[in-house]
Amino acid sequence: MQKKTIRPIFNLLSPEMIEGILGEAYILMETVGLFLENREARALFRDAGARVDETEQRVFPKTELVQDALSSTPSRITMWDREGEQSYNLGADEVFFNPGSAAVTLLDHRTGEQRRAETPDVVRFAILTDRLPHIAFQSTGLISQDVPQAVSDSYRLYLGLLFSRKPIVTGTFRVESFRPMLDMLTAIRGGPAELADKPLAIFDACPSPALKWSHLTTQSLIDCARAGIPSELISMGMTGATSPVTITGTLVQHVAENLCGLTVCQLAGRGAPVIFGGSPSSFDMRKGTTPMGAVETMMIDAAYTQIARFLRLPTHAYMGLSDSKLNDSQAGLETGIGAVLAALAGVNVISGPGMLDFESCQSLEKLVIDNEICGMALRLIQGVTQRDDPMALNLFEGFTRETQFLSMPHTRRWYREEHWFPEIIDRDTHDAWAAAGRADMGSRASARVDALLAETSSTLCDADRGQQLQRIMQEASGLSGAPELPALPADPAR
Amino acid sequence: MDNRDLMQGMRQSVISGDRAEAERLARLALDLGLDPLDVLEDGFSPGIREVGELWNKGEYFLPELIAGAESMKAAMRVLQPEFSENRTGLASHEKVVIGTVEGDIHDIGKSLVASMLSAHGFEVIDLGADVKLERFIETAERENARFICLSALLTTTMTGQKRLLDMLHDRGLRGRFKVLVGGAPVNADWAAGIGADAYGENAMAAVQAAKSLV
Repeated sequence: MQKKTIRPIFNLLSPEMIEGILGEAYILMETVGLFLENREARALFRDAGARVDETEQRVFPKTELVQDALSSTPSRITMWDREGEQSYNLGADEVFFNPGSAAVTLLDHRTGEQRRAETPDVVRFAILTDRLPHIAFQSTGLISQDVPQAVSDSYRLYLGLLFSRKPIVTGTFRVESFRPMLDMLTAIRGGPAELADKPLAIFDACPSPALKWSHLTTQSLIDCARAGIPSELISMGMTGATSPVTITGTLVQHVAENLCGLTVCQLAGRGAPVIFGGSPSSFDMRKGTTPMGAVETMMIDAAYTQIARFLRLPTHAYMGLSDSKLNDSQAGLETGIGAVLAALAGVNVISGPGMLDFESCQSLEKLVIDNEICGMALRLIQGVTQRDDPMALNLFEGFTRETQFLSMPHTRRWYREEHWFPEIIDRDTHDAWAAAGRADMGSRASARVDALLAETSSTLCDADRGQQLQRIMQEASGLSGAPELPALPADPAR
Repeated sequence: MDNRDLMQGMRQSVISGDRAEAERLARLALDLGLDPLDVLEDGFSPGIREVGELWNKGEYFLPELIAGAESMKAAMRVLQPEFSENRTGLASHEKVVIGTVEGDIHDIGKSLVASMLSAHGFEVIDLGADVKLERFIETAERENARFICLSALLTTTMTGQKRLLDMLHDRGLRGRFKVLVGGAPVNADWAAGIGADAYGENAMAAVQAAKSLV
């Protein structure tokens, strides 16, 4: 009889701990309240009967209100690719990696230096992401410096939609940007109803620790809720600096901030899709920095994910990235450990691959390396499956000293399904490795970047929708004083 | 308790970050009729210097640094009003206007610098975060400050530091103030490039820089 395959999950919190954290979060929201700088959001709370202090810009959501909001929040979100053909289910056991978003620099492989990114870099980034098999979603991972700052958020979405088919994790830097970004997404789908029916973008919104939602981020929640765009709530306490120093203390604040945001989403548009996410960190008291590679950071991520799963919400976390400034072993170990823990924790949307230097830098070579890490993590959570029955006994029938497995049909039948093959991880014998040029991971990754970018299959959006996107982007850019968009690279491989 | 024990106790209260004790000993000193400036120089200041040393040695980290600075501030609050007009030999009574530039809400580092400057005798006017450039200048003029300290934590907001220096130039005010800049994306090259007087990589460095410019 077929034995069940377990999807491995690791849990850090006992049921009592979860209850305790939730309990304190509810009390915090009700008695201490949160700062909500968006007037419309405060009005929504007031209309829902919550206590609001208009002078202090503070709301005090009652537990019943928050729990009602939880009850109307979907437990599952289906994301779709640009063509509306491939779907991805969030809220169950599957995990989807995407590159860390909003980096301000690119690690230039040729010089080893961090530099500002421009249109050709962002295009290469989108195309590369599109071609990496274990990175399910793309993100607006790089900010382009050759457009006015006022449209830098819309512009990266524009390029992502043009050059990659994958669902996209993005966000607004300005309230005004929502309109052109919504218009571009609507143009891709063909209409507002079609967009709400088959979302292809997730908008990130971060509360400001401690206990504050800014005007901009709250507006994003409201706008997205009304358009049916999933909002990804990214609480980001820094232990001992902007949130309590203990992991449990930070979890209480994390839950309170996110549940307040979730309530805003439901009040603005009941039934709006919401993803419970985060980017907290174990603040380093020696350096004053926010290490994403710290194991405590990963523990906070895994723990709040466990709480969100308990609340039956789709989840997200910033894991699978490194604070290193280079593509070195620190980059490898931090990203590796983080990606595996994220997959085991069941984080649905995992943001991180490609990222270095405290979420500020992207690297094409690292993205390719991290794709391998993601491949390993994805294989891990597939678990151990009973392929056949009996599992081994029949293979040993007539067993002699000469029996070998290499030539068995059984081996040929199952080996590719059972064992995953990496692309650039080196498994050559020493001599083969030496004969091939003694390449290190960095050079192998670099060669792979070039090879992937040189592939001829197009990821480009069709001409009709492409032109619509261009028109919308041109208009938005023109309003910011730059009617001419930068030229798109003819050959992204260069 | 003889004076030496008292001075030791003051030093220790700063090193151990005991705010209440620092305040108590400062008051005690005044009650005993001791000169507030001597008390500062022989009692509390050695404490904050030791805290700085322990930070430089990598034994004290941020929480200890802040606790030390807060204890120093508590003592200063008691002593400062009692300084006689004539004896202002310290780097004190130098006013500092500090804040994080507009568009930027980060303030931990800035607040730490403010604490340390205050602990080292500067009179600090902390404008907070997301401060309009105009407000830095207005406040510095009105308060007759000597220093303007600008913090920026984002590559997108550090340009505000340059804009403020340009504003000072345009108004013929550049010579009136010493401008110090800091923040994660800021470095010495940037500071020199925009014409700032100094750059502080961390709170301790900021204090050194400020003292050297007095």
